[in-house]
Amino acid sequence: MTRPEMIQALQSAYPEIKTSEFRGDTRIVVPRERLRAVMSILRDERSFDLLVDVTCVDYLNYRGAQDRFGLVYLLASTTSNERITVRVFVNEPDLTVASMVPLWEGANWMEREVWDMFGIRFEGHPDLRRILMPDEFTAFPLRKDYPLQGRGERHNFPVLTRNKG
Amino acid sequence: MPLTPAAALPTQDLAHDEPQDYLWTLNFGPQHPATHTTLRIVLKLDGERVVDAMPDIGYLHSGFEKIGESLDYNQYVTVTDRMNYISPLANNVAWHGAVEKLLGIEITPRCKYIRTIICELARISDHLLCNGAVGLDTGAFTFFLYAFNRREDLYDIFETACGARFTNSYTRTGGLMYDITPLFLEKVRAFVKTFPKTLDDMERLLNRNRIFIDRTKGVGFLTKEEANSRSCTGPIARASGVARDLRKDEPYLSYADFDFQVCCSTVGDCYARYLVRMAEMRESLKIVAQAIENIPAGPVNVGIDARTALPTKRQVYSTIEGLISHFELSMSNRGFETPHEECYSAIESPNGELGFYIVGNGTDVAYRARCRPPSYIHFATFPFLIRGHTLSDVVAVLGSLNIIAAELDR
Repeated sequence: MTRPEMIQALQSAYPEIKTSEFRGDTRIVVPRERLRAVMSILRDERSFDLLVDVTCVDYLNYRGAQDRFGLVYLLASTTSNERITVRVFVNEPDLTVASMVPLWEGANWMEREVWDMFGIRFEGHPDLRRILMPDEFTAFPLRKDYPLQGRGERHNFPVLTRNKG
Repeated sequence: MPLTPAAALPTQDLAHDEPQDYLWTLNFGPQHPATHTTLRIVLKLDGERVVDAMPDIGYLHSGFEKIGESLDYNQYVTVTDRMNYISPLANNVAWHGAVEKLLGIEITPRCKYIRTIICELARISDHLLCNGAVGLDTGAFTFFLYAFNRREDLYDIFETACGARFTNSYTRTGGLMYDITPLFLEKVRAFVKTFPKTLDDMERLLNRNRIFIDRTKGVGFLTKEEANSRSCTGPIARASGVARDLRKDEPYLSYADFDFQVCCSTVGDCYARYLVRMAEMRESLKIVAQAIENIPAGPVNVGIDARTALPTKRQVYSTIEGLISHFELSMSNRGFETPHEECYSAIESPNGELGFYIVGNGTDVAYRARCRPPSYIHFATFPFLIRGHTLSDVVAVLGSLNIIAAELDR
């Protein structure tokens, strides 16, 4: 099945899917509720068996952006060498999206990083904790409204000296 | 994660009904010679057997992706050096490959060949370190010295190419910092000539070494299905039988011109990963040998019309287009324009698929510069691989995954 046919088949099943093309990459935008279903189809019926990456973009102040956060799922096929980018948009205050860990084990740490950096919750994730930042950290540093100057979180941590500690 | 007393750990995942108070917790890292870099693993042990491993990372987190939102596309290449400092040239190429894809630039054939050569030399340098360190951790110190001795030659070659040994920053948008010199060709030719002998020596030292085989064979199994499900790429996936190599599957740069093979194994243990890396070095050398004799003539940077690479001094002083282009690229409020678009581009780095997801917003500073780090994704498989093995196997598995903490934490 060629790529346009695959996209058409997806769109006939889910008419709300939008597609676009940039420099030869196929990208589809999926509504949040349909994410798990579309990803299952892509994995099981279209042989996209490799979840290359899960990441997120904060579109605050981005020209022409309608939504705040855009999650990006990069899929690849180890048999047909095709790639597809699946995007999902989420907005405050409901920053939750279905976890992909039931489909791909590899999504575990990728989703933990997105939670750590952007504060997007993944429903059904077995172990959604901070991963790169310390547990005491309160903010989400890769968001665009995270202040780049001023006194940071470092000043909130208790200072232990040799005598007191 | 706080250290939990063994008695308080959840026991439902264990088959036994009696309380597991004989389990004890070992803190491996963050500063330990065998982790090589700064990462911490909390091991739950039953005697010498690892019941569970809980990686705790982030000690080296430096916010590289946040820095990418304030440095321009050419400045950020210096940060990509620091991600995987074992093969920084591969990171440079991956970063600028993504930038050029976003801008829609086609680089010159000469530049493609030079980038291919340095990528393959970086792969050899990475595999030498990785396999050398596996040998070192499992007790083969001589092997490590053989590997490191040849890495010195590679550093010498990199220094000839760009003036820096360790953090090269060799690529620029639309080209390279400098063109190569005859001395570079001479040094690479000498390396191509002498390196097979080193490889033979290394293979004779370790491939049939009883101690090494006992330490690595049958340790850290990863099946093909697990490798795909856990997003493994590169030598680790290939050692498990996934025949996926971006150099063959999505030929970028000038890989389509060369005759080389994808090295695979179907076993999937630490020993297979070692063998795949050894075999890949031979294939890389084949590519370098073919490329170095066939470098096309012509300019190394894209032309003035692309308005991305700095023109030569001759063009600046003698043509008006060159002068304007130089002025526009050098002024902090000009730079080049990017589309309001986003794209992902990946290369087969020594460690696996290394890609950058760049969001452009019109300026020459990325709106978002996401790195897909192979080390991070491979390290996530570590608890799965080590479960049930002994404490001494921790270093063998860790070494075979080739974890670079700077890339892990970014």
